[in-house]
Amino acid sequence: MSIKGKAYLMGAFEHPLRDAPDTSTPQLHGECALGALTDAGLSKDDVDGYFCAGDAPGFGGLSMADYMGLKNLRHLDSTETGGSSYIVHVGHAAQAIAEGKCSVALITLAGRPRHGGRRPGAGMAAGGGDGLSDGPPEAGFENIYGGSTHNTYGMCAMRHMYEYGTTSEQLAWIKVAASHHAQWNEHAFLKEVVTVEQVVNSRMIADPLHLLDCCVVTDGGGALIVTSPEVAKSLKRPKVRVMGAGEAPKGPRGGLDLDLTHSGAVWSGPRAFEEAGVTPADIKYASIYDSFTITVLMQLEDLGFCKKGEGGKFVADGNLISGVGKLPFNTDGGGLCNNHPTNRGGITKVIEAVRQLRGEAHPKVQVPNCDLAIAHGTGGSLGTRHASATLIMEREG
Amino acid sequence: MSEARDPNARMTRPIPAPAVSIETKPFWDAAREGRFLIKRCTACKKAFWYPRNLCPFCMSAETVWEESPGEGVIYTYSVMHRSPTGPYAIGYVTLNEGPAVLTNFVDVAPDELSIGMKVKVKFQPTEGGPPAPVFAPA
Repeated sequence: MSIKGKAYLMGAFEHPLRDAPDTSTPQLHGECALGALTDAGLSKDDVDGYFCAGDAPGFGGLSMADYMGLKNLRHLDSTETGGSSYIVHVGHAAQAIAEGKCSVALITLAGRPRHGGRRPGAGMAAGGGDGLSDGPPEAGFENIYGGSTHNTYGMCAMRHMYEYGTTSEQLAWIKVAASHHAQWNEHAFLKEVVTVEQVVNSRMIADPLHLLDCCVVTDGGGALIVTSPEVAKSLKRPKVRVMGAGEAPKGPRGGLDLDLTHSGAVWSGPRAFEEAGVTPADIKYASIYDSFTITVLMQLEDLGFCKKGEGGKFVADGNLISGVGKLPFNTDGGGLCNNHPTNRGGITKVIEAVRQLRGEAHPKVQVPNCDLAIAHGTGGSLGTRHASATLIMEREG
Repeated sequence: MSEARDPNARMTRPIPAPAVSIETKPFWDAAREGRFLIKRCTACKKAFWYPRNLCPFCMSAETVWEESPGEGVIYTYSVMHRSPTGPYAIGYVTLNEGPAVLTNFVDVAPDELSIGMKVKVKFQPTEGGPPAPVFAPA
């Protein structure tokens, strides 16, 4: 069974805050939900499916569903794959809708990492010194070495440079492209256009990644509404059809033949493209998870936008800048410049793709005749274990 | 490796107590004796890392501990500069037995590290737990 054409993205909302000292995480979830529902032209009582991940306070979706007063739920899903969770959720919502398990699915994300909000997920904390742990099986052998997103992605970049000759200047072009887009986004955390020189001369964080190779840390959130074709038909908004979805986890897998130069996108991408019946060459706009510049480069290769090892050449010279290059990406400024709410960039990837397909992106970055888009995410760490999620969407009519 | 380099430039990093589970206690007991163990599956014959009782390749429960000299080459690394205790290197070692091991590189300056460098295990005390395997230039 395929989800192709069986569900529609009818609501999308990105919280305007990037710094939220006075708004609780549950309230941010609620405000995002309201924003997406209003965008779609629906109310909370229309929602019969709710999707959230580890950033949602409470037990699975129960606390947030009760907080928001979602009283007509008949489908719950709290699949947790880190930052890619919300791209996974769109696929799962489409499945649930295709099976008749719900007709209006709400997906929310929110958090406040700038204000001591808890970092969701398993984290990298060590276990206790006394007694025996029964936590993540890899913890004793990995969490003690000071691994963070910065240096575990740094390891990937280091190996990619070693195998393929990728340079810091090539990686910098990814940030440069994102900054060109962010200048037009009034809500972007960083609006300044930067140059390759500024990126490679910024402070080294984790070899070979510089400060400007890293995404922003922002509070805030976002929400999406996925509906059945019948509900979509009743709404006034442009219709964005879910065409295909793929997901795939990848880890060290026992440590044999470790290859940190590719991600799970080599599996999730073909699954999504096959379901949608399209190829990378058909894509007009790409939202690509950008926790770091290397994240983008590896995923573009793995999704088939260029050959493995040629990502450096592909992203150089503005090829990702809307109106300049062949593959406009992250036209909101992405996680590198605009927003990476609660250290999870999956939902904003879908939101900007929806804007592009509706023709509602900023005029300076809107892709002409944008009828087919991809949103791709990575959750966890490319350097250890992660989940890739690919979503392909089409504008109807 | 040159012996003339400034020892202050060599990276060290305090390591917290590792999480010891019922499944991995033999590893940490051996670590206290300075022995580095890996796991091998007797069904498919492959060595693997991190240690666990079920083989990640064939799911056999017939896995055994095996003492390893802990020698291999650096697969990749990254020097973390945003650290209150000074720069430190995280990376993977490909052991001569095959598996890749996540670790810290010690007794080496940041600019001396390279992919392919030969390294060997040593044990570093942790904060209240058993010593942890780290790797230094061989």
